[in-house]
Amino acid sequence: MEYQHIECYQEGAVGVLVLNRPAQLNSFNELMHQEVAAVLKAWENNPEVRAILMTGNGRGFCAGQDLGDRAVNSGEIAPDLGQSIDRYYNPLIKRITGMPKPVICAVNGVAAGAGANIALACDIVIAARSASFIQAFCRLGLVPDSGGTWLLPRLVGRARALALTLRGDKVSAEQAREMGMIWQVVEDDQLQSEAMQQAQQLSRQPTYGLGLIKQAINSAADNSLDEQLELERDLQRLAGRSEDYREGVDAFLNKRTPEYKGR
Amino acid sequence: MNCQDILVSPVDAGVLTITLNRPARRNALRNQTLREIGEVLADAAGNPEVRSVVIQGNPRCFAAGADLEEMRHLDAVGLQQDERPALWRCIDEFGKPLIAAVNGYALGAGLELVLHCDLVVAGKGALLGLPEIKLGIMPGAGGTQRLSRQIGQQTAMKMVLTGEPVTAERAYELGLVSQLCVPALTDEYAFKLARQIAVQAPLAVQAAKAAIKACQETSLSQGLRQERQAFVWLAGTEDRNEGINAFLEKRAPHYRGK
Repeated sequence: MEYQHIECYQEGAVGVLVLNRPAQLNSFNELMHQEVAAVLKAWENNPEVRAILMTGNGRGFCAGQDLGDRAVNSGEIAPDLGQSIDRYYNPLIKRITGMPKPVICAVNGVAAGAGANIALACDIVIAARSASFIQAFCRLGLVPDSGGTWLLPRLVGRARALALTLRGDKVSAEQAREMGMIWQVVEDDQLQSEAMQQAQQLSRQPTYGLGLIKQAINSAADNSLDEQLELERDLQRLAGRSEDYREGVDAFLNKRTPEYKGR
Repeated sequence: MNCQDILVSPVDAGVLTITLNRPARRNALRNQTLREIGEVLADAAGNPEVRSVVIQGNPRCFAAGADLEEMRHLDAVGLQQDERPALWRCIDEFGKPLIAAVNGYALGAGLELVLHCDLVVAGKGALLGLPEIKLGIMPGAGGTQRLSRQIGQQTAMKMVLTGEPVTAERAYELGLVSQLCVPALTDEYAFKLARQIAVQAPLAVQAAKAAIKACQETSLSQGLRQERQAFVWLAGTEDRNEGINAFLEKRAPHYRGK
């Protein structure tokens, strides 16, 4: 299938999704939302795809909403921003966090507004040294969306989350890593190869089990300890029935390298 | 019994499992389906081996509604003479515990079937709703009555008048679902719950179910009188002596349904 605003391909068991509107810093318009959703939906149920790598073309990762779509003339009634959140941004965040396989984000440049929060919604975030994160919403009189207000305090703590979202400061990749907002910083020219290598490595792991781990971690923030302990029991019960678990134990006992199939 | 629309498992540890099995039609409940469920339940009512029953769908769908193809050709007279209300009554009159295991969609008649069950185990993310209003009709198998009695007028109105479903998590908060679980374990945990009930004294279980269901039919004083009658009636059963003796002798009871 031909896409206008994204590139997507499979490399081994890794599904690579590249945001591709470089002239607009890969900001989202409706068509791009639809294309991203179609690809992620197809990969969600495709057992051949066992890890997903998201990145952007050009000097930015994603600048969030394309404001060109959003010109507000003084005489006209205000656009309903809640509508595009309902229709596109919220489903996208749910699709990434609910994806039953690891999603790696290679942040190649500026990640601003919803673009920052989409990156942070991914499971492992690797940033190029020159990349940056900006909760730009406050500068326009808006509220961080795409899960920003939920995720940030959990990643960096309330004090930093409030300062970042009220001030809209630009945070460098290194600062983001120090705060615990992201996992890793690599040199610009090594970003794609490093991210791809990690994605490849993850794509050979017990995918089903990784999906359950992700589900457990993502549920933890909403659950009490008792609820979480019960969830762990349930997920472990399922994990224990997987082929990969048998393979893992067998390989360990026979001192060989396991070959996981992701189920 | 030869069934087209459902699968019936052999009785296992006192539990009979009915699986709605028209996946291509998202388990839409046509008359044939309800008839088959009713017949299996009538059979189970007279079979002392069956102590409780689970009704389940598949991972994507419990039942997405009634069969619209079947319904669209019925006019007012046709509906008036339809056997459907009698088919639902057969399910409602089943005296042993009926447990719904819900994954995916339970909509329209699907939710009404869930509302006919005594206990509901639901997988997180399941969607329960009565979307009839979106088709220019309304729930016709107890949806407006059972739902508002269970969750109150405001939430029932919202669900019935907008047709928007609620998630299993919300349904749990509302008291529509007794147990939430990871979707992959829903059927298994429903079976576990059914088995837990299946080891209890069958006559006591049936009397207790009838007493709770009577709640919707009678005043409190009348209900309390009926409860007392059933309580006294159980004193005439062998299982009651067995239950109390086993407790006092610190051993597991052996109930025989007598």
